[in-house]
Amino acid sequence: MVVRVKVNDGWREAEVWPGASLLTFLRDRLGLYGSKNACEQGECGSCSVWLDGNLVCSCLVLAAQAHEREVRTVEGLMADERLHPIQEAFIDAGAVQCGFCTPGFVVAVADLLQKDPTPSPATVREALSGNLCRCTGYQKILDAVSLAASRIGAGK
Amino acid sequence: MSVNIRRQGGVGESVKRVDGIPKVRGAFEYASDLHRDGMLWGATLRSPHPYAQIISIDVSAAAAAPGVHAVLTHADVPGKPTFGLDVQDQPVLAREVVRYAGEAVAIVAAEDPEVARMALEKIGVHYKILTPVTDMEQALEKSAPAIHPQGNIVRTLTIVHGDPNARADVWVEGMYETGMQDQAPLGPESGLAVPATDGGVDLFIATQWLHADLEQLAPCLNLPPEKVRLHLSGVGGAFGAREDVSMQIHACMLALRTKRPVKMSYGRQESFFGHVHRHPSRIWMRHGASRDGKLVNIQARLLVDGGAYTSTSPAVIGNATTFAAGPYEVSNARLVGTAVFTNNPPCGAMRGFGAVQACFAYEAQMDKLAAALNLDPIELRLKNALHSGSVLPTGQPIAGVAPVRECLQRLQALPLPSEESALDRDPMLLPGGAGNVGHGESLKRGVGIAVGYKNLGYSEGFDDSSEAWVRVSVDNDGPRAEVKTAAVEVGQGLDTIVTQIVRSELGIDRVTLRQPDTAIGSAGSSSASRQTMMTGGAVQLACQAVRTEIDRQGGLASLRRPVEASRVFHHRATGKLDANGQGDPHVTFAFGAARAVVEVDQDLGLVRVVQLAVAQDVGRALNPQSVMGQIEGGSAQGLGLALMEEIALVEGQVKNASFTDYLIPTILDMPPVISEIIEEPEPGLPYGAKGVGEPSTVVVPAAVVAALRHATGRELRRAPVKPDDLVGL
Repeated sequence: MVVRVKVNDGWREAEVWPGASLLTFLRDRLGLYGSKNACEQGECGSCSVWLDGNLVCSCLVLAAQAHEREVRTVEGLMADERLHPIQEAFIDAGAVQCGFCTPGFVVAVADLLQKDPTPSPATVREALSGNLCRCTGYQKILDAVSLAASRIGAGK
Repeated sequence: MSVNIRRQGGVGESVKRVDGIPKVRGAFEYASDLHRDGMLWGATLRSPHPYAQIISIDVSAAAAAPGVHAVLTHADVPGKPTFGLDVQDQPVLAREVVRYAGEAVAIVAAEDPEVARMALEKIGVHYKILTPVTDMEQALEKSAPAIHPQGNIVRTLTIVHGDPNARADVWVEGMYETGMQDQAPLGPESGLAVPATDGGVDLFIATQWLHADLEQLAPCLNLPPEKVRLHLSGVGGAFGAREDVSMQIHACMLALRTKRPVKMSYGRQESFFGHVHRHPSRIWMRHGASRDGKLVNIQARLLVDGGAYTSTSPAVIGNATTFAAGPYEVSNARLVGTAVFTNNPPCGAMRGFGAVQACFAYEAQMDKLAAALNLDPIELRLKNALHSGSVLPTGQPIAGVAPVRECLQRLQALPLPSEESALDRDPMLLPGGAGNVGHGESLKRGVGIAVGYKNLGYSEGFDDSSEAWVRVSVDNDGPRAEVKTAAVEVGQGLDTIVTQIVRSELGIDRVTLRQPDTAIGSAGSSSASRQTMMTGGAVQLACQAVRTEIDRQGGLASLRRPVEASRVFHHRATGKLDANGQGDPHVTFAFGAARAVVEVDQDLGLVRVVQLAVAQDVGRALNPQSVMGQIEGGSAQGLGLALMEEIALVEGQVKNASFTDYLIPTILDMPPVISEIIEEPEPGLPYGAKGVGEPSTVVVPAAVVAALRHATGRELRRAPVKPDDLVGL
């Protein structure tokens, strides 16, 4: 079947088998490899994207469900070739090690800070509890969220 | 000296990761992101049985399926039928027998991953099921079937130190167990094999050690090593899981057969079968001390389950046994370690590598001994702590830095986090979080400490080295340094450290790292906390050679042609152990201590770790932010082993091969980690820097479980500790 999706402001279409996930569509059909495949069952958040503005695990959404809808991926976060403040904060805070979980975390943090620009530590932990990281122990990810929130708040 | 040494961005600074920008953008290419036009997808058929004879394999239906380009079995392995890091005893594809559930039996290449998966279902394998050996003590029984021709013992070593029959005033004894932990790197095992026009193959791969893969691949593929070229692809974490070969040989076989590029990428479930795990252990210890708290005699028997094939079991039990007495001085000991074969999944390298299991046991014993002597647990440890010059049970003296006392004293000096009332608390901050159905009526706090140590680099006479090539040129933008090694960045930050070293040594800001491959000499593995020492050392030596030549030519300003140099770094030689376990087995050591503060809901058996503090001996912190990242991440894996992580095996079958069922710590499980970095440069190591990846993983499990014992008063002899254990069910 042919699936047509608006991805990061451009309409894209590709042939997929009916059981294909949105993640497979993005990665193997569109070549958008920023969304990662780490668990295939919605446990790790590495494949986090927005579907019509809602944060989803793209491994749990069928490509067909995204037909004629709008998807935003980590590749759509940068503006004018400049890193998003959350991306900068992840680098500055040391929140990146192997980096496999990082795109999913960056998307999840962006979703959180859009909804709550000054989240409490407990809110941050709850909001990111669906994203697994095996390298950092999360402390520097929490630091990155604080740093990003303060920089965005300060208009930097 | 004419070279201007600039320290900016050099060693000692928290320099930002050199791969940070592509990683946060989602543009960093991991092995699972590799693709080529016209590539095929590989898939693996695995044994459903832990132990069975293969009577026949019928691939005709699978091979005839549309879109399927190759179906290969043991009969198609071009060369040596087996592989392995230490002993080549693992079949590339099973021939007459399968020895664990999950063992590879056949491989398929097809147009699409789904077509490949469906082709696997069309392969008919006729098995005669055998009774598996699934318990490590059962493996030692005379009546147990021999899983390999030589029997079921991988290695036994005995360390006899002083008078093992020496008498003591006070004895304590215990049995301890640890479960089978999975490394669970988030990036799955992946690679892309591309057939070459010379009849060879290029493999783009996420691994920990390109050259060890090469040494195993070339004979199995029946190709000369120069025709098997490995290129590092992006590695999504490793922690030991990528030390052994997974899909490397299979992808190359399929590519060579189909003459098409072939990609193999495991899903999470397959990943649990596609790599080795941390050895489960069963450890008996008996500690004898004088009335005033000096250790007199330590007796230990350690048994670890190596699973179906050798992998790195000999070295893991070597570590567990040589570290069994802990970071303490003791004049007399008998330490006996055995690794066995079973029909469980193979076990091998995982962060901490044998030292984790030993620490869990000896630190529980030290707490027991402190209680028996009515001494403060830290005081008892301080009284017996190793120091520079101490002699280990192997007879090896500690030549380098050994700040065991300082690790403990740093923790002692840290204030405890203040107690919070359960009543006015956000329910998410109760043990179990939102899953806690109570109101915190039965919370009990506990504090536990543990100290331990781990060898750096390979041991027991292994000839270990790393090669680096450095080239300096000057263009319109000024001087530029290029570096090449075969060392693998797994996420630990090695590429950044190498860049810092080049800047410090050459005073050149612009540093480019070439992608590692097997065209240069081996860098050894990114494991055993060794790359900063080994590859860092090689890069330093190559830089120094380049600098000498630049100076000879009159400095960078007058450089006419690029200057380059290659150098190989070796650590000091170590030696094998004799029949009594005496020798000089380890290069050097890193020490660490952890304090855990926990809260236990005594009704529900739920745990909240309130805080972890880790004091770690790092020699010198070349990148303090990165060092803290290693301590924090290693602590998380230690917390996982203490509380939740275990591969559940029933009769050799893995019951939880998914992230739904195999739980690793989430951001809600991890407390703040306080890192106390102890810097005392280690003589003989580049910049005095010790490897930093492992000590926190060694000590945190023991500290967390000690805190749980403190909170509950229960013996808790097994990790991971389950809710049932905490409420006494």
